[in-house]
Amino acid sequence: MSKNQAFTELTQKEYQYGFSNDFAADEAPRGLSEDIVRLISSKKNEPAWLLEWRLKAYRQWLTMEEPTWPNVKYPKIDYQDIIYYSAPKPKAPAPGSLNEVDPEMRAMFDKLGISLREQERLSGIAVDAVVDSVSVATTFKDKLATMGVIFCSFSEAVREHPDLVKKYLGSVVPIGDNYFAALNSAVFSDGSFCFVPKGVRCPMELSTYFRINAADTGQFERTLIIAEDDSFVSYLEGCTAPMRDKNQLHAAVVELIALDRAEIKYSTVQNWYPGDKNGVGGIYNFVTKRGACRGRKSKISWTQVETGSAITWKYPSVLLMGDDSVGEFYSVAVVNNHQQADTGTKMMHIGKNTSSTIISKGISAGQGQNTYRGLVKIAKGAVGARNYSQCDSLLIGDKCGAHTFPYIEARHPFSQVEHEATTSKISDDQLFYCRQRGIGQEDAVSMIVNGFCKDVMKKLPMEFAVEAQKLLGVSLEGSVG
Amino acid sequence: MSMLVINDLHVEVDGKQVLKGLDLTVEAGQVHAIMGPNGSGKSTLAHVLAGRPGYEVTKGTVTYDGHDLLALEPEQRARKGFFLAFQYPIEIPGVGNLYFLRTAVNAGRKEHGLEELDAVDFLGLARAKMKLLGMPQGLIERSVNEGFSGGEKKKNEIFQMAMLEPRLAVLDETDSGLDIDALRTVAGGVNALRGPERAMVVITHYQRLLDYIVPDFVHVLSAGRIVESGGKELALELEKKGYGWVHESPEGAEAR
Repeated sequence: MSKNQAFTELTQKEYQYGFSNDFAADEAPRGLSEDIVRLISSKKNEPAWLLEWRLKAYRQWLTMEEPTWPNVKYPKIDYQDIIYYSAPKPKAPAPGSLNEVDPEMRAMFDKLGISLREQERLSGIAVDAVVDSVSVATTFKDKLATMGVIFCSFSEAVREHPDLVKKYLGSVVPIGDNYFAALNSAVFSDGSFCFVPKGVRCPMELSTYFRINAADTGQFERTLIIAEDDSFVSYLEGCTAPMRDKNQLHAAVVELIALDRAEIKYSTVQNWYPGDKNGVGGIYNFVTKRGACRGRKSKISWTQVETGSAITWKYPSVLLMGDDSVGEFYSVAVVNNHQQADTGTKMMHIGKNTSSTIISKGISAGQGQNTYRGLVKIAKGAVGARNYSQCDSLLIGDKCGAHTFPYIEARHPFSQVEHEATTSKISDDQLFYCRQRGIGQEDAVSMIVNGFCKDVMKKLPMEFAVEAQKLLGVSLEGSVG
Repeated sequence: MSMLVINDLHVEVDGKQVLKGLDLTVEAGQVHAIMGPNGSGKSTLAHVLAGRPGYEVTKGTVTYDGHDLLALEPEQRARKGFFLAFQYPIEIPGVGNLYFLRTAVNAGRKEHGLEELDAVDFLGLARAKMKLLGMPQGLIERSVNEGFSGGEKKKNEIFQMAMLEPRLAVLDETDSGLDIDALRTVAGGVNALRGPERAMVVITHYQRLLDYIVPDFVHVLSAGRIVESGGKELALELEKKGYGWVHESPEGAEAR
């Protein structure tokens, strides 16, 4: 097998999650207007303040322009050709426990490798599953509740904990923050909500699986996580979608708030449908993720493995407001075929002695284009701020591209910013060396890629590392430190 | 049946004829040394036997254990017990040495219908082998050759050979760049692996290595052919007279 064949095989593995299910769905009419915003709000029986909030966002969105600065190309999106609300029609009114979840829905999650029952029984991970626009099941809720941890769908949080939602929603990503955040604020339909009270270390990983199922729908979910003083939570999200030959829009907003000495660890394995090998179809993944380290010595850590989506546009960021707070960003972004990714982070140093670490690993194969874009900003008052950034790119084949745009703005003289960057190719020598030892070409490529990503992969929680390793077509065992 | 039979081998690299009718037969249990000046084709021989892309065989045959060696992919050759100790071992950042080697060993075991070794068993085996070979245990905890000194890289090659237990090993200038202590360790490792079922082809510039690894046969390669063969005393003679001596043959002249 020639080298190119092996690359091709590795990078063109068929998308495994491309099936779709025919649930009866409750859909809004195509297109976007104030009426649609009102419809979504009424479907969810929302309080008046939230409807007002949405309408404000919608009106602001109307005045905004879609950003053109990302290093990605795609045909103009027709926002009137999208269905903004689609809910699988429940057979029972609302699932109170897993037993009441539609068996067909459960079968779908089994097929995705996310057996809700198994998850509940064995792995000790609390899962919230979101299909299209609504949350269909949340596991382990009762056990978490005894510790005061709230983990539920966003809709439920609006109903049951309106004060918390009202206090924190939009406080990190304001409604007019950017074009897609404004759109999300107007039409978001569900998502996950998590609140960890003072002094509580959340005893299990919390996880949300997002699934776009219906055709022509956009998915606009909202995640809000609040960690009070001295608390800790580790949160995972995974995403898949059916193979469809039309592009689908996914514009989510994630807000994290860490108070004094609190720590939030947020991990993503993003495997939205990337389109076929000719670049037809796939998800536009335009996501705003931001965390605020509001408290002293608080810490927010983003880890992401981005393998899916036709286009990825996201910059999980940290506002380092509290003194001695810490922000981290660990990223692996893989593009192949015609995928494009423009991703990175923003670390905004505001408090004293704040520190941040950025490790970005970009892998480009096929005709993929991978861009790292990052901003490290050190405000005037951020005495003693420190940042370390490392951006490495690995090229597989000769038709792909890697780009790096690191921006640094240091306004305080007593701060320290380091940046390192490398670009490398899998060499023929490396491949031959592996093959001479009896390791097949495809395994060799996987092994080398995996070695390249090791610094990031080892930051993932165990359960996710397994999934991520599968996604890279690699066995991680032993090679991760 | 002879283990390795090379017959009239002609090889081109980048359109240039490097091997021009090489013959060599190696039996199980034997150690052959191949010596020769720079550019005589020693490393080309090693690479073409291992199946490195870019080496074109224009004429001749190579039979290994009855198989047409040249028809096999590099990884298939390896799984059938062919091992090449590289002159310049390659670094693979981030990939654990032990993990790399276990993947390699298990690929071979799978080929022979043996059960794959798990991480724990393999670690035990690796530790024992390192001790036997007198090699620093730290090697197995690092990434493949990453940041290794020249000596460490060569030791790692011999360690890999010990773990893979090949039928036929070709050592490509394993002595180059080694100080005398490292040379002793490496040669000690090689000698420990000699056995009636295993054959070795040791490629070297210098007689020095052959003081430690005493060969059964010595061949002199010049201008793409073996021009002289003999016992271990041939190496000593070469040391005294220099390679100019073999260049007196017409083929040798052609090389210059």
